[in-house]
Formats: sequence, structure tokens, C-alpha cells
Amino acid sequence: MPERTARAGGMLASELHLLFRRRRTWALFAALAAVPVLIGLAVRVSTGPPRGRGPAFLDQVAGNGVFLAVVGLLVSVPLFLPLTVAVVAGDSIAGEASQGTLRYLLTAPVSRAGLLLVKYAVIVVFCAAAVLVLAGTGVLVGLVLFGVQPAVLLSGDTLGLGASYARIALIAAHVAVSLLGLGAIGLFLSTLSDVPVGVMAAIAVLAVAAQIAGSLPQLDWLHPWLFTEHWTGFVDLLRQPVLWDSFVDNAVLQAGYVLVFGALAYGRFATKDVLS
Amino acid sequence: MNGAFPDADPVIRTRRLSKRFGRRQAVREVDLTVPRGAVFGFLGPNGSGKTTTIRMLLGLATPTSGTISLLGEPMPQAALRVLPRVGALVEGPAFYPYLSGRANLVRLDAADRTSDPRTRARRVEEALERVGLARAARLAVHAYSLGMKQRLGIAGALAAERELLVLDEPTNGLDPQGTREVRHLVASLAGAGLTVFVSSHLLSEVEQVCTHAAVMSNGRLVAQGTLDELRGTAAGRVVVHTRDTEAAGRVLARLGLSPMPDGTGTVRATTGPHTPPPEDIVSALVTSGVGVRGFSVEGTSLEERFVQLTGEGFDIA
Repeated sequence: MPERTARAGGMLASELHLLFRRRRTWALFAALAAVPVLIGLAVRVSTGPPRGRGPAFLDQVAGNGVFLAVVGLLVSVPLFLPLTVAVVAGDSIAGEASQGTLRYLLTAPVSRAGLLLVKYAVIVVFCAAAVLVLAGTGVLVGLVLFGVQPAVLLSGDTLGLGASYARIALIAAHVAVSLLGLGAIGLFLSTLSDVPVGVMAAIAVLAVAAQIAGSLPQLDWLHPWLFTEHWTGFVDLLRQPVLWDSFVDNAVLQAGYVLVFGALAYGRFATKDVLS
Repeated sequence: MNGAFPDADPVIRTRRLSKRFGRRQAVREVDLTVPRGAVFGFLGPNGSGKTTTIRMLLGLATPTSGTISLLGEPMPQAALRVLPRVGALVEGPAFYPYLSGRANLVRLDAADRTSDPRTRARRVEEALERVGLARAARLAVHAYSLGMKQRLGIAGALAAERELLVLDEPTNGLDPQGTREVRHLVASLAGAGLTVFVSSHLLSEVEQVCTHAAVMSNGRLVAQGTLDELRGTAAGRVVVHTRDTEAAGRVLARLGLSPMPDGTGTVRATTGPHTPPPEDIVSALVTSGVGVRGFSVEGTSLEERFVQLTGEGFDIA
């Protein structure tokens, strides 16, 4: 029934509207946007010609603003981005429960599966928007502070400007997809509690712990299963020709996490007594 | 038992409804019947299981055992079909504090996929008007007083076409004026054909607007019926004013009553189901030569009745 679908979309539209009119959302975006700005300013102030110190990327930024967006993403992936996702995902169900609005949504009524789907869709949109803000600011600031020119890749090949921006879009997509598993974990944890701040902390801790586990060679066997495994794997997307392995592996892994934790969230939430 | 509406399908019917939280039995084998068109008072002290019962009626909590039929359909299975026709205020109002009152109602209405987006703005406006919040509708809810939030909650329950309103403690936090307004609102809704199920720990509220009531105590339903039925099953009292208190006492005792002379020319006796009608008592007194100066029959107030049932006093606001 098309009309039914349209109305189900009505709730999604209303929840997205809610996300984007919250000051908190814009504060998170502002914090993310500050990352490439600060990096750009720091590099601009401190460099003359490349001195060969520090990460290779940072040196390249000084010569070509195109790379600033990539550096901004690289710096934000381990902590800043997961933190913002933790805030939104942790709040998704637990926030409604702690405010008491959950009981009114459910008696509106919304089906519990429907509510989880809408909340997850909001998380996905937030992930995409956050990465877009980060990458977009990086591109603009890079353009303003350093100017742009065709990029020289790790492989020595040279990319035209259009192709360079296409690569940045691809990297942004990889980063956004990387966050989907964490978002699903967050949604699940959020169904367990009525205390959103606790859930946010738990999600952030998980993201950091998974990265630490990923850096320990003793846990080799575990690495392919960690949702953080390919978080910084987007460097492959800067090769010529593009190495897709990391992108595809990541997408498959994240899809697995979404399925598993989506199912767990439903299993937990579908029959939960809402007593908040 | 259904009093004024004996033939209609009940709007709410539960059978042996029970809920256990761990080792605590919150609700025990409740058989509740709410007839269509009733203003049904759901009474009981705090902690007697009222809110848990309401949560189960609305599908928020799953019964441990027993069945619920809401508007003729099983709950919680039929929640998505039934709840659009039910307006609810459960355990106090709750809203997004940074959204306006109007935006909060619009959000809830948008969540219900059966609601018509074309009439949404108008319905929300009318509901706000009805509870007297039209002028405060643009304010963020964090600026609302508790009473305003309570009224906004009621507006939310009224924002769509409903057959049943479930109002859990709707006058909590309201001043006497606000309480009166809610009472009028409930009465006017009932006049419009809605069934209203209103829980309260305040007897006075229920007594003034309700046609029916049920009393919860310790998770059990200890009485339900029309207000008259509830009063009727209660014991009354006869009061005899006389100088011959001893003689009057003897006559009353002979009639099966237990007289309690108070030594100031008054004898009281509690009546029971086997007490003779008052006129026979008077004639017995007179034929026995008791000088009767005054005789009266006192019904039990609902309050006394509820104290008997629950073993606890009610707050009388």
C-alpha cells in the first residue's frame, strides 16, 4: 500500500527533522568540522617547504590542499567519529526510555520493529552526515589554505582534480560504512538500558577496545572479526588502480554486524517490558 | 454487574491477568470489566498495581499470565490495530523538553502510521485548544509547569479520534483549579460517548465524575461495579436518638443488630444483609415502648467502603 509506506516514511521524516534541529547534533558536527580546520591552520602556520618529518600525509597537505580532507578523516576515525556515533546511537532508545517518551511512542502506536528501524535509519543518516561534514570541511579548508593541484599518489601516479575529489568521496563512503556496525552495536546496547549516558560511554569504550585488540599481534585470530579492522583501510583507495579489497571486506563485515546486532536488538526489544 | 450498560461489549476485559517482576507479584488474577460508555474509576493506593495493569492493557508490559481484550481485540497481539483508537496518559506526561508543545504532539501523531497527515495540524490545534494550551503551544516544553505538561499529555490523548481514553493519575501535580478543569474535561468527553478509564489514588476525583469504579489493593482487584453497587454492598448504620438507650439496645439486639450506645442518648448499630427494613425497626422500637426522639439510616460513604476494602485510608485532596 503506497499510502501506508508514505506514512511510515512520515515517522522517519519526523525523527530526522528532530535529529537535525537538535543543538547537540550541530555541536557534534561543529566539533568534527574543527578537526580539518585545526590541522589545516597548524600546517599552514608551521610549514615552509616539506621537512620530511611527521606522517607523510601531513607533509603532502602543505603542498596540495586536496589531501587535507583525507588527513582530517584519518585523524578522526579512531576516536572523534566513533564518539559522535556513540552519542547518537546510545541515545536512540535509552534516551526515549529515560525521558519517558518511549511509552508514548509505543502507545501512539509504533511497532517495536518499526521503531528500531527508524532509529537505525537515523543513526545511518547521522553517520553519513558526520562524515560529509568532516570531508566537506576538509575539502573547503584545503582549497582555501593551500590551493589544489593534481595529486601524486603513493604509487607515483598522478590524479586529475576531478578524480582526486572522486577518491575523497570514495574514502568518505568507506569511513561512513565503517561506522554502521558500531551504530548497530550502539542501537542494541541502547535497548538494554534507561541511562543514555552509560550506553554512550559503553559504545565509545567498545570502539577503543576493539582498536586496541586490533593492534595486538597476539590476537591475530580475532582481527578479521573486529568491526574496527578496516577503519583505516581506506589508504588502499588511494592506489592506482584502486584496491577494492579493503572496501569490500569492510562493507561485508559491517553488514554482518548490522544483521547480528540488529537481530539482537530486536530480540531484546520486541518483548521488553517498558516500565520507564 | 455492568450496571447501566449491561448489553454492550466491554471496552476492556481482562481474565486472571497477572504480572510478576522477579519475586514480586505486582498484579494477581485481575478480572476487570469496563463497559462501553462508562467513566471508570480505577482506584487503589499507590503501589497497588494500577499502573502495572494499565501498562499491560496498553501493551507496554507483557502479562505473566491471563488475557486482555481491548476494544474487542487481544492485547498485546493487536496493539497496532487497537491503540490508534485509544488515547493514553501513562504515569505522568513525558515530552521532548526542547520541542514546543505543538511539535511534541505532531511528532507523536506522525509516529502513528494510521493517522492522517492532512488533518494533523488541525487535530493537534483542536486538542491544544481543548485543554487550554493554545497560547502556550509554541513554547518549548521545558518552560511548562507540571500542570501544563499534564494538560499537554491529555491533549496528546485527544489528538485523534478515540473510543477509549486511559488516563493514569491525570490530576497529579495540578492545582485545585486544574483538577476541576480536568474533571470537567473528563465529564464532557464522557458526554460525547467516549469510554474513559481513569486511575487515581484520590477517591474524591473518582466519586465526582465516575459511573463505575474498581478498587485495587495489593495487586488484587477487590471490588468493581457501578458506584451505587459499590456503595450498596457496604454496610450502613441505623442511629436511634432516645432517652431509653438500654431498652433501645435490647430491641435492636433482638432484631439481630449489635447496638453500641454512646451514653449520650444515641444508639448506633451497623446494618447487614439480614437487617430488617428501617420501618420495621422503628415500629419494633415503638411497640416496645422506647421513646424514639429521632431515627436515621446512614449509608456508608464510598470512602469508608474503600478503607474497608483496602485496609488503608485514601488521601482526600
